[in-house]
Amino acid sequence: MNYVVLGAGPAGVTAAETLRSVDKNASITIINGEDEPQPYSRMAIPYYIYGKIDETGTYLRQQEGHYDKMGIAYRVGRCGGVDPQAHKLHLTGGEAISYDKLLIATGASPIIPNMPGSNLEGVHTCWTLEDAREILKHADEGAPVVLVGAGFIGSIILEALYLRGCKITIVEYAPRMVARMMDETAGGMLGRWCKKKGVDVRVSTKVEAIREGSDAEGAKLTVELSDDTCVPAALVVLAVGVRSNTGFLVGSGIETNHGIKVDNHLKTTAPDVYAAGDCCEGIDLSTGKPDMLAIQPVAVEHGRLAALNMAGKVTPHEGSLNMNVLDTMGLISSSFGLWQGAPLGKTARLIDEENFKYLKLEFEGDKLVGAQCVGMTDHVGMLRGLIQTGFHLGEWRDTLLETPERLREAYLAVAQSRPNYGPAAPHTNTPIAKAG
Amino acid sequence: MQKALVIDAGKCTGCKQCEMACSYVKEGEFNVAKSRIRVFDFHTEARFVPYTCTQCAEAWCQQACPVNAITTNADGTKIVHENLCVGCKVCTIACPFGTVNYNASTGKVIKCDLCLGSPACAEACPTGAITFQDTEQAGFDKMKVWASQAANAATHEGANVPTAKG
Repeated sequence: MNYVVLGAGPAGVTAAETLRSVDKNASITIINGEDEPQPYSRMAIPYYIYGKIDETGTYLRQQEGHYDKMGIAYRVGRCGGVDPQAHKLHLTGGEAISYDKLLIATGASPIIPNMPGSNLEGVHTCWTLEDAREILKHADEGAPVVLVGAGFIGSIILEALYLRGCKITIVEYAPRMVARMMDETAGGMLGRWCKKKGVDVRVSTKVEAIREGSDAEGAKLTVELSDDTCVPAALVVLAVGVRSNTGFLVGSGIETNHGIKVDNHLKTTAPDVYAAGDCCEGIDLSTGKPDMLAIQPVAVEHGRLAALNMAGKVTPHEGSLNMNVLDTMGLISSSFGLWQGAPLGKTARLIDEENFKYLKLEFEGDKLVGAQCVGMTDHVGMLRGLIQTGFHLGEWRDTLLETPERLREAYLAVAQSRPNYGPAAPHTNTPIAKAG
Repeated sequence: MQKALVIDAGKCTGCKQCEMACSYVKEGEFNVAKSRIRVFDFHTEARFVPYTCTQCAEAWCQQACPVNAITTNADGTKIVHENLCVGCKVCTIACPFGTVNYNASTGKVIKCDLCLGSPACAEACPTGAITFQDTEQAGFDKMKVWASQAANAATHEGANVPTAKG
């Protein structure tokens, strides 16, 4: 069997390793669209930017010769098109590669906002390792930086630039930070926290244009904002969102929506072609509907499941849980599942604005279906456990509505509701890995 | 032979010696907030439950780590490599048991590594609520049978461990 995996992110690498674990003799090739010596993790880029790790620290696998040892061929190349009938794909250089089964794990790319000046020198997205290298050339200590977009990715980059000592203005079109990850209370707290740390936060503000030249010291660009102000910049970082990489599939017969359409076995509409990770629309556990959940754990789940299905080990995907964790200059926040709440559901809130602490729990019946935390990190994984397992909380739901801070007790009470004997006992209701 | 922590919450008096021992051995300080094992206090019932990582066979934390900083040693223990951990905290939200925690003073995550074979919590426990035992002696096979009959039970694989399979 000849497996080809397009894309070398967590989905592609996990898939290749999973294929090897179930098929010792197959030929397995990973093709990376980026010219890098090894598959790396985008998640690690902020830590590379502020110098916590070097480039090798971003690598997805750390063991020397890992891919050789697993018998996985790794190469670089960009796919120009797929011909499912001929079981072939074409690289942009013209080379044709045959496959028996293909996994598309081409990820996503940052959206370049349609504004004058977005292509100027000193204006960058922050998505690839190559982007990070470029950003490092401009992001000196004290350098004025304008960050466009205060979503999840923008906020992660914010921390890296802050730790480099840059003077940051963050511009967000939505009325609050991380609007697609958390509610007004949490977004407001993050905004206040950033201002306290000396970051100039402009929400409900749009970048009208970026122009060359600036009077300010150390700046070579001027960013014009919709609030009629201009901000000087040595560097402008664009982080307004990402979109699935599916353009090369036009004409292939592989159907796409926002991402590649897949069934509940991660199979595309073409024979012997599967998709995983940011490039596809897998099932969201919370809604049961297809959606693009561009997060690391989902990419890994998809990669593993797609590989099992490719290898004939039929494993349905029942859905992945959307979740995020964010460190904004020391203020840590997280959100899980239906953090916006369920229709007719009940909500528990614990708000401490002064100390930047917030816990919100969303219930549907007596089950937890969503949660948000700010300033609380201990045992937050229990939130995932409760949501993904779908534990019936029973009377604990009412206790939590009154005292959400008793969350950990509630978790243990429902997870350990059976006899407490041995380490296995607490976990007889093990969260069912829908896609682990 | 695989050994595992056996926790009998009924014997726990809430003295928190385990937390102190863990914090001291792992962090060099008596700070229960940094203990890998935590004793949860059910206020209304005067019940105490020691709680820590069960070393899952296919660990959620390990699978979620973007930089390969969590590996499995020969005993099946999941170890966080401090030199590789970037502190992204994805494992802390991925672990459905909530047993991987972020340590803000190091910027890395912490979890139980069974003290690589001689857990300080079990040594410190004065009541036998926490013991470190061979998995067979600890009655895991019995547990498996019992657990498989329980509603919503997950299949158990390896020593004591819930798997990441559905």
